Amino acid sequence: MHLLNAADLGYGAVPVLRGIDLHVATGEWVALLGHSGAGKSTLLAAARLALMDQGLRVALVPQDHALVPQLSALRNVLMGRLDDHGAVYNLATLVRPRRADRAAALAVLASVGLTSQADRAVETLSGGQKQRVALARALYRGGDVLIADEPLSAVDPAQAEALATVIRNAFPTAIIALHDVGLALGMATRLIGLNGGRIVLDGPATTPRDQIEALYAR
Amino acid sequence: MPARRRLSRLGVVAGFLAVAALCLPFADLTTAGHDPWQALARMAAGFLRPDFGAVEQIARATALTLAFALSGVALGGFLGLLMAPFYRFRAIRWTAIALRSVHELFWALMLMQVLGMGVATGVLAIALPYGGIFAKVLSEILDEADPRPADWLGPRVDALTRFLWARAPLARAEMAGYALYRLECGLRSSAVLGFVGLPTLGFQLDSFFKQGEYGAAGAIMVVYITLIATLRLWMRPRAVLIWLAAAAVMLAQVKSPPMGSGALWRFLSSDIIPAPLRQGDPAALWPWLADLMRDAILPGLFATMVVAQLALVLTGVVAFLGQALIVPRVMGRAGAIVGHLWLVILRSFPEYILAYLFLQLFGPSMLPAILALGLHNGAIIAHLLGRQARGLPLRPDAPRGLTLWGWEIVPRLFGNFVALCLYRWEIMIRESAIMGILGIATLGFFLDDAIAELRLDRAMVILIATGFVTAAVDALSRSLRARLGAGRLRAPGRGGVLPVAQGLPNAG
Repeated sequence: MHLLNAADLGYGAVPVLRGIDLHVATGEWVALLGHSGAGKSTLLAAARLALMDQGLRVALVPQDHALVPQLSALRNVLMGRLDDHGAVYNLATLVRPRRADRAAALAVLASVGLTSQADRAVETLSGGQKQRVALARALYRGGDVLIADEPLSAVDPAQAEALATVIRNAFPTAIIALHDVGLALGMATRLIGLNGGRIVLDGPATTPRDQIEALYAR
Repeated sequence: MPARRRLSRLGVVAGFLAVAALCLPFADLTTAGHDPWQALARMAAGFLRPDFGAVEQIARATALTLAFALSGVALGGFLGLLMAPFYRFRAIRWTAIALRSVHELFWALMLMQVLGMGVATGVLAIALPYGGIFAKVLSEILDEADPRPADWLGPRVDALTRFLWARAPLARAEMAGYALYRLECGLRSSAVLGFVGLPTLGFQLDSFFKQGEYGAAGAIMVVYITLIATLRLWMRPRAVLIWLAAAAVMLAQVKSPPMGSGALWRFLSSDIIPAPLRQGDPAALWPWLADLMRDAILPGLFATMVVAQLALVLTGVVAFLGQALIVPRVMGRAGAIVGHLWLVILRSFPEYILAYLFLQLFGPSMLPAILALGLHNGAIIAHLLGRQARGLPLRPDAPRGLTLWGWEIVPRLFGNFVALCLYRWEIMIRESAIMGILGIATLGFFLDDAIAELRLDRAMVILIATGFVTAAVDALSRSLRARLGAGRLRAPGRGGVLPVAQGLPNAG
């Protein structure tokens, strides 16, 4: 999947990233590394658009979750497949989810440990729970590629390990921004490091630790 | 566009004072043939000893006031909700502007010609202008809602799903808050519609006054204030459907006189077509318009502006002096409670009812209209400024009483004071026009006159002229506010939780 070709990326006049090439093979799990502000979210947004342009099904876990706080966790999960259905079907789902849809969404919520919170409004959940709802929405959506921006930043370390396994098994390919290098090494098959507006590291998950640490040096 | 010169606040205030001074010689402020003090004494005696003897009539008028307000606001909200997602389309936006540029009372007067004096007229007279207002405000609320969940859905999701799943839920709470505020306005509108014949509190008030039953009129006032002051206690989201059902039952019992068939078609195809065109003489159209301009629109417009400009200055004086009335640090604890009570009373009553009361005292002149507009709008602004004044961070050794008012509150809130007065200016023009129905020679007088003579073509032109004037003043006020650096005012009723009456949070 050839995603970006010498692209300048960013918001407004001054690009955050310059001359970016990005090619991701099916089956690759790419971890984006770099200190905050390095342009990970920008790169993810551009990759998502490029993937969708190629007609691929993308599941997104944004850093800010982008949930609808007033709706229940279950309905936020159901949002993952709205574009598979027409307006009438979706309206009926909003009023009262069909039994099969509800069961499927509940199964996903169970896999992130939120069974008992399924019918609570998202605005009443804790930060970690909200993040897991956002993950569940992407899991329920499924697809060719997962794009996730710090999807495990608000859950505790033990939970993060378990959730990492869940999402690892759910998607063939993924591009994930992670600040936790240990977690990244456990999940990814390939590492991409950003610094100073460029890709400064692109290698397998076996890249020596000191090269990775160098990314975070100012 | 080159940046326009910023205006000084004092300069704007001085300008409006100068205009008002120029208007003064043309203002008819006489109280000829009336002894206001005697009338006031009788009225005060009635209000202090409200007579609930006519309980059946009062209860029915109250229930119908509620029913018309609830149905009208619900229908208007529904219309607005339908239009809001499409507000960026010019056709929808202009429809909404046209709907809201005509006052409820004028809508009622026109609708009566088509639908008769019945339930439909009352409900539509509220629903149509409110629909236009709702469309604008709800579209703003939707635009300001978090766009991220809708973005997440991707481009393949249809518009209705996107709206219902990812936009409406985010805006729901603010929309409900705004609807509650609109219901309060609707209660005022509904009561006022009684003065043109609907069986609401205004009608009952008018008939009690005509019979000299001041005690019963006082009872209506008490009921009305209570109704509005307790709005947030009895109107709960869960109870909406029950209230609407009750309103439908109430309205179903109203007997409407039958209208001849084809009234709507006759209205559209014949009645509102200018007479020269109807009679097949297009050449006479221009003289017809010129006559109408000379005999009705220009004099009506002049009187409307005189009333509005003088009322604006009175509003300013009331608000300027009253802005600390609810601040305990200025008034003392008891004084602030009394101040609060006064502002609540003046805010709760529509300008129109206040003007009606003053008319009983002073007789027909511009004075009742100016007093009513000035006191009502002044109280609204004073209340809003007072709320801000109470929230001002003060140093621990800040002064109290008048010194605090003069040295802290007045200078720190002066910008908001001017912005709020400008904001109410357009509303005052609309209301001044309406006052004509009470017999003051503003635009509404000529409109009412034309309708009474069944010259609906003339009425239509006057109505359109009124709409244009209101829109022009709105644009002027907006530009003045922008040049004062106070352009970003939100619609009233949004945000702040105000116990009673209009709220206009965070001016400036």
